Amino acid sequence: MTGHQLAQLNVGTLKFPLDDPRTHGFTSMLDTLNEVADRAPGFVWRLIDDGGSDATAIRTSLGDDVLVNMSVWESRDALWDYVYRSGHLDVLRRRAEWFELPKAAFQVMWWIPAGHIPTVEEAVERLELLRAQGPSPRAFGFRDTYTPEDVSAAADTVRT
Amino acid sequence: MEDIEAIAVLQDPVRRRLYDYVAAQDHEVSRNEAAEGAGIQRTLAAFHLDKLVDAGLLETESRRLTGRSGPGAGRPAKLYRRSEAERQFSVPARDYRVAADLLAEVAEAARLDTELQAAARREGRAAAGPIDGFAAAEALLAARGYEPRMDGEVLRLTNCPFHVLSERHPTLVCGMNLALLEGLTEGTDGLRARMDPRPGLCCVVVEISKNKSD
Repeated sequence: MTGHQLAQLNVGTLKFPLDDPRTHGFTSMLDTLNEVADRAPGFVWRLIDDGGSDATAIRTSLGDDVLVNMSVWESRDALWDYVYRSGHLDVLRRRAEWFELPKAAFQVMWWIPAGHIPTVEEAVERLELLRAQGPSPRAFGFRDTYTPEDVSAAADTVRT
Repeated sequence: MEDIEAIAVLQDPVRRRLYDYVAAQDHEVSRNEAAEGAGIQRTLAAFHLDKLVDAGLLETESRRLTGRSGPGAGRPAKLYRRSEAERQFSVPARDYRVAADLLAEVAEAARLDTELQAAARREGRAAAGPIDGFAAAEALLAARGYEPRMDGEVLRLTNCPFHVLSERHPTLVCGMNLALLEGLTEGTDGLRARMDPRPGLCCVVVEISKNKSD
């Protein structure tokens, strides 16, 4: 245990309303997807709205038609294996049917102290940071390989 | 070792047989098993296996097969598996990987999943020809580099021919790959490609549908 875990947020703008038949392919898969996530190696936590079983009812400052999905994982590889090497991929490949073409970064990840549960506001801030300044140890994507140590190194640089 | 030198190591038919045998297994292979698999003597197998390791084509690790440890457990056995490193050599020099990566990056940014899948499905159909039965499908998949292996009722594809691209652009490339395989198996009697992603394998399996007639 390194003392750190990886938080992630991804967002998507639906092409049609959540209850539209054209979105059904997506919504009908949600429970299965979330079950796969909950059982995935390295899974720690995911965002669930009050009284629901997923995060589809949660809205943020990003807009009323923007769905958010947020979770915490033990490592970058654990998250990668879930996103791209589990049943999740079968849904992901059909993303163009349900979601608008993103105009800016739509997913962000960042390191958190183990045990910390990030808030949605915190997550949106990280995404805004990535969009505004590009990848950094505080907000990055799968292509980047920042470690928790990079975060403290960057913080030290700011201080001196 | 340069790629061309490593590839040349496989020119020896005995080494090629050993390499193919080790690569086809779903577990790490001992010297004894490799020798048996290639139909040669153990000492000869050991010699050639080490040549393959020197060339970076196989990797090795030592482990006690019995699970015992401490004094009296015996020497750990040397186990072999295929190296993840890719080797390629082309005359004249060609670089399709950089081109493919750039094209994929643009297709990803424009989210051309649907268009790419349609093109892949057409390519699969065109390449399929008449596939008569399971063995023919298996041979076709093998010829395209998928290294199919029976796993219960499904053919699991143990090699991804688009490996580097599929790691860099998984959604786009794995979706393309599934469509290609759907196109390939579409005209067959009772075979169906579907996604069943697992770490380290191709994201698609080919299964025998329940209504198979032969």
